Amino acid sequence: MDINGAPNEEQPRPGQCLRTFLREQGLLGVKKGCDGGDCGACTVHVDGKPVHSCLYPAVRAQGRSITTVEGLAGPDSLHPMQEQFLAAQGFQCGFCTAGMLMTAATFDAAQKENLPRNLKGNLCRCTGYAAIEDAVCGVSTGQSGGKQQLGDNVPAPAGREIVTGRARYTLDVPAAELPGLLHMKLVRSPHPHARIRSVDASAALLLPGVRAVFTHLDAPGQLFSTAQHELYTDDPDDTRVLDSVVRFIGQRVAAVVADSVAEAEAGVRAVAVDYELLEAVFDPELAVLPGAPTVHCDKDAALARIVSPRENVVAELHPELGDVTAGFREADVIHEKVYRTQRVQHVSLETHASIAYFEDDRAQSDGAQSDGGQSDGSQSDGGQSESRFGANGPSEAGTGAANFAGRLVVRSSTQTPFLTRRSLCRVFNLPEDRIRVVAGRVGGGFGGKQEMLTEDVVVLAALRLRRPVQLEFTRSEQFTAATTRHPFRIRLKAGARRDGTLTALQVDVLTNTGAYGNHAPGVMFHGCGESLAVYLCPNKKVDARAVYTNTVPSGAFRGYGLSQMIFAVESAIDELAADIGMDPMEFRRRNIIRRGDPMLSSHPEPADDVLYGSYGLDQCIELVADALARGRERYLTAGLAELGPDWVQGTGTALSMIDTVPPRGHFAHSRLCLLPDGGYRVDVGTAEFGNGTTTVHAQLAATALGTRADRVQVRQADTDLIVHDTGAFGSTGTVVAGKATLAAAQELAGRIRNLAAELSGVPAEQCVLGPDAVDCAGTLIALAELNRHAEDRGESLESEGRWHGSPRSVAFNVHGFAVAVNTGTGELRILQSVQAADAGVVVNPRQCRGQIEGGIAQALGAALYEEVRIGADGRVETDILRQYHIPTFADVPRSEVYFADTTDSLGPLGAKSMSESPFNPVAPALANAVRNATGLRFSELPLARDRIYLGLREAERAADLAAAREEQESADGRRRARA
Amino acid sequence: MDMNTITAVVPTADPDQWRPGDAWLAGGTVLFSYGSSVLTRLLDISTAGWPAVTVTDDGIELAASATIAELYELPDRDGLLRRWPALELVRQCCDSFVASFKIWNMSTVGGNVCTALPAGPITSLCAALDGVATILMPGGGSRRVPVAELVIGDGRTSLRPGELLRSIFLPSAALSSRVAFRRLSLSNLGRSGVLLVGRRDKEGTLLITVTAATKRPVQLRFDAHPEGSDVPEPAAAVVVPPEPAAAVGRPDAAALRAALGAAIPADLYHDDIHGLPQWRRDMTYRLAEEIRAELLAEPAGRQPAQSPAGQPAGPSTGRGA
Ligand SMILES: Cc1cc2nc3c(=O)[nH]c(=O)nc-3n(C[C@H](O)[C@H](O)[C@H](O)COP(=O)(O)OP(=O)(O)OC[C@H]3O[C@@H](n4cnc5c(N)ncnc54)[C@H](O)[C@@H]3O)c2cc1C
Ligand code: FES
Ligand code: FES
Repeated sequence: MDINGAPNEEQPRPGQCLRTFLREQGLLGVKKGCDGGDCGACTVHVDGKPVHSCLYPAVRAQGRSITTVEGLAGPDSLHPMQEQFLAAQGFQCGFCTAGMLMTAATFDAAQKENLPRNLKGNLCRCTGYAAIEDAVCGVSTGQSGGKQQLGDNVPAPAGREIVTGRARYTLDVPAAELPGLLHMKLVRSPHPHARIRSVDASAALLLPGVRAVFTHLDAPGQLFSTAQHELYTDDPDDTRVLDSVVRFIGQRVAAVVADSVAEAEAGVRAVAVDYELLEAVFDPELAVLPGAPTVHCDKDAALARIVSPRENVVAELHPELGDVTAGFREADVIHEKVYRTQRVQHVSLETHASIAYFEDDRAQSDGAQSDGGQSDGSQSDGGQSESRFGANGPSEAGTGAANFAGRLVVRSSTQTPFLTRRSLCRVFNLPEDRIRVVAGRVGGGFGGKQEMLTEDVVVLAALRLRRPVQLEFTRSEQFTAATTRHPFRIRLKAGARRDGTLTALQVDVLTNTGAYGNHAPGVMFHGCGESLAVYLCPNKKVDARAVYTNTVPSGAFRGYGLSQMIFAVESAIDELAADIGMDPMEFRRRNIIRRGDPMLSSHPEPADDVLYGSYGLDQCIELVADALARGRERYLTAGLAELGPDWVQGTGTALSMIDTVPPRGHFAHSRLCLLPDGGYRVDVGTAEFGNGTTTVHAQLAATALGTRADRVQVRQADTDLIVHDTGAFGSTGTVVAGKATLAAAQELAGRIRNLAAELSGVPAEQCVLGPDAVDCAGTLIALAELNRHAEDRGESLESEGRWHGSPRSVAFNVHGFAVAVNTGTGELRILQSVQAADAGVVVNPRQCRGQIEGGIAQALGAALYEEVRIGADGRVETDILRQYHIPTFADVPRSEVYFADTTDSLGPLGAKSMSESPFNPVAPALANAVRNATGLRFSELPLARDRIYLGLREAERAADLAAAREEQESADGRRRARA
Repeated sequence: MDMNTITAVVPTADPDQWRPGDAWLAGGTVLFSYGSSVLTRLLDISTAGWPAVTVTDDGIELAASATIAELYELPDRDGLLRRWPALELVRQCCDSFVASFKIWNMSTVGGNVCTALPAGPITSLCAALDGVATILMPGGGSRRVPVAELVIGDGRTSLRPGELLRSIFLPSAALSSRVAFRRLSLSNLGRSGVLLVGRRDKEGTLLITVTAATKRPVQLRFDAHPEGSDVPEPAAAVVVPPEPAAAVGRPDAAALRAALGAAIPADLYHDDIHGLPQWRRDMTYRLAEEIRAELLAEPAGRQPAQSPAGQPAGPSTGRGA
């Protein structure tokens, strides 16, 4: 066949798909998002026609001509569609981009007219499609000129790499750089709860290519949590690399390592496991009943930090503020309801994956990844160990494992390289200088990669085999064996007086953490925090428990518990307003906290480090209220207000608050230096997964240094670069890491100014930094020259900055919807979607808007469609994207996005975080709009069309029944009166 | 995804070549989408060289290996749509795939029918048009079976091991009918939860074909000539409801409801993530009534009786259409 114009003589394997064949030929721009035809990330052209290469039998490509993203344009030029994706920044993580481009590049004008239809085979989880629409239609959203500093729409530095398919994600390492690479596949439990009596790997070990099979007998005894936090004690130690007890269907039982994926798969099929079945429990409400099967009763409560292993309770919380009983007595109306949120999956387009390999001792550690990601050119020492490890070999990993030459490098799709290194060292008992963790460009995170789900087991294998080992999750493994959002059951009771005063708020919360407690305490605590604290109500009470069940583990998910609680609280606020006949926004205005009010969730004492660095909630409320009013006006004047006999319409709103930084410390460290050419380089710890922090770092540094963002190179996500970074989660990329970078930049600016002052004799206050030179009262000294001077003196113009994440501020989001509901079919149509965000000073408006649009789209998925369903046997039933519908282009309306005008006194240059939070108010705003339209409160998610329809029919029936009963009663009454 | 247990891809369309562990490879979009850990060989029928579409006066023969992209082009052929108005269903059915136009470049007519998903739009199309499948059997010979009987359950067909679907014939009589198409999904352009096709032929027979909502196709035939002999053999899946003579071929709403009730027991409604069975049932009744009203509206001109379900009168700001 011919690939990108070059003949290729390689023979594909019989059952091979074109995607893996092309990647084996080094075309790493061809991505895998699903391997099943759903996402389009693998799109290539065969004889000019776009196809999904993961479905295309490679043998059929013989004699044909294939074009991948690498060959779309000439080596140094860009295809117009690539230019357009740059001009509109039609990407965030960029993992979907090659496929989008390759599809859109084939569109004629007519196809561009109908993007919902023609892009339905291309999924993007990050952008919400607005920027993609702009890109495909050739709309440029950049601005010409500008200083490329604070407040400018600076493009992502990696843009060109992304649109050309050269950006290196986790597994995009050319084969030549990892000779002897072995592949791992996992034997997974078919049982929800079982003790492993034995594992017989003998047949597997006889298969060609199989190098080893590891079981719990090979795994270190150290318990840990897959959750990654600054303090590991935040999570229970309840997990082993490979355990002798399995607690959910899909849990790892054994790891097979072979020369190829196919051979490892064959090995997995040949491993025989003898299980002793144990009783299982799937429902958290049943799990807390006396006599329920226990998931972790083998653990010591204090040692493992599990509140009550015997009762399946990982964590609990029972505070009370004021006196809710008294509060309810004061109330004129009381709303009581049980709210439920479902399991949802992150569906980052890049699945979990990692590679562990050995770095030659002499190798330079300069392989740091810059946003744009060249791979870290280090070589492995693979190839010398051919010995096989029997399944029942002695357990030696973790003891004396430090006894190896070189350093172990783990390249992983992670949001937390430094914490993952820490966890690996803890589990395998290694000093930190023996492990380096790097992240390439990460294809989406959303909280799912604040976990250690692959790294531990590849490290186990690499340490034992002394060979590089790779593990890549399939899309189905993402659904069945990674993590999900915690399902919450929230029993809520709220009371208000007729004058619109909230008198009491009480919640009884049960969260289902699944088989392991990763993030269980944090999600529960955080969920019950800002969701309640945003309302000024004297009486609040929380009873919350996080509970184990024999189901796939829950974990960190965008919003970290808030989206679940806010769904309930904001629904209840809407109900109270309806009950007292007050506009819900007015009801909120009367009850929200205002600047200076103590922020109390339910503890009588506020967190001492959460401050009002700024406050824009009031502005957000007005922005949304005004936009909805304008929208109504637009519909009326356009004569579109009447949709037809079956349709009813309504509006709904909801608000959310979030602390800008997680509690108990979040650390960042940045290193900055002036380069010989007068540019700068900043090294930071946070990974780039589409959150845009790279651009933010460059812009913050550029602003302090008087240069342009494109003169600031950013290297990141490599434990060799800096001392420590807690990671990119909890929306910290801007406010914590950005603050460290800003501090470094301000210090370096001072030093450069001083040096310029010294050389020019002009006072430092009069020396002004520019992109190329320092202007010393009219005399220009080139930065390059200053650098030379410094070097001549044996100095270097470098600086460091640190931030520890405290004190923290608060950010706000308000969402509004106008909807129409078809009462005959249940169809829910979004007529208008508005979000106002209080992000402080917006460092990069286009990027920040993109975060919000993406957050809204992801939240719409969770509100309307998505549900990881667990069957009666505990098995995940929705394990491919065709059963787990995430929003496509056709599902996401354009949202209006507004920013409050605030400046935060705590954030870098006035900025606040805005990455998780846009997700949080969306579902309740939608449910409130449906309530407004139909009169019916939906207290469970998702708000799917079938459920809406059946809910309406049920209510109708209930109303008919009530009417009939009334009729009956009045007839009875009449009869009695007559009698 | 890679099908790592496959040891050979054999170019053949000969059922005698088939042995256990083999699968016919058409477009491959199902085989490579789900993967397999048991199959050992793929028998590639794409090399058989069957002409994708053969048009004669009697009707249209679709080769099993015709791609959805080829099928989609069919109504564009000269004068074909004017001659056979029912071909308007072709695009409506193709657009009912979750699969995008890119998949259509590979996936086939036969692959869709043989996959036998309740939401198989080619099954909907062919069943509604009285399509008859020709099946090649191991040991030589072939048999013919209505498409509505070929698909017998969720993912189940009446094909026996080694049998190969060769083609589907759509008769001219059916292609000449007036048709009505209705579909609902839980998401815009998503997987069909309910897909109904109505057809009224020149004799006045009304045929309603229910797919997606039910585990297998269900047909309601209201014959204009219940005693007539020129009507094709009713398939087993076809229910001929008892009718008062006056309502021959023209059921009223109540008769339609009764016929639906008789033809579809509660457990025949499909239950999966794409729609709750009670919703599918109610939507089936709703859409069937819309179709009845549309196709029985006099004069026989084509005018939808009312705005179809799911289509509000005005445009909206949302992109989904
Ligand atoms: C992203 C995506 C979305 C999809 N959406 C839908 C949808 O909305 N509705 C729906 O119904 N389907 C859907 N499908 C599945 C679908 O049925 C097809 O993609 C398609 O029509 C199958 O055709 P194929 O030629 O690729 O089948 P193949 O993968 O080649 O074959 C499918 C099966 O049928 C057998 N087979 C194929 N041809 C014959 C034959 N002639 N005789 C006997 N057996 C045969 C094969 O052995 C195999 O078991 C989707 C698939 C994908 C990947
Ligand atoms: S990887 Fe091929 S479509 Fe998703
Ligand atoms: S940018 Fe589209 S998936 Fe991340």
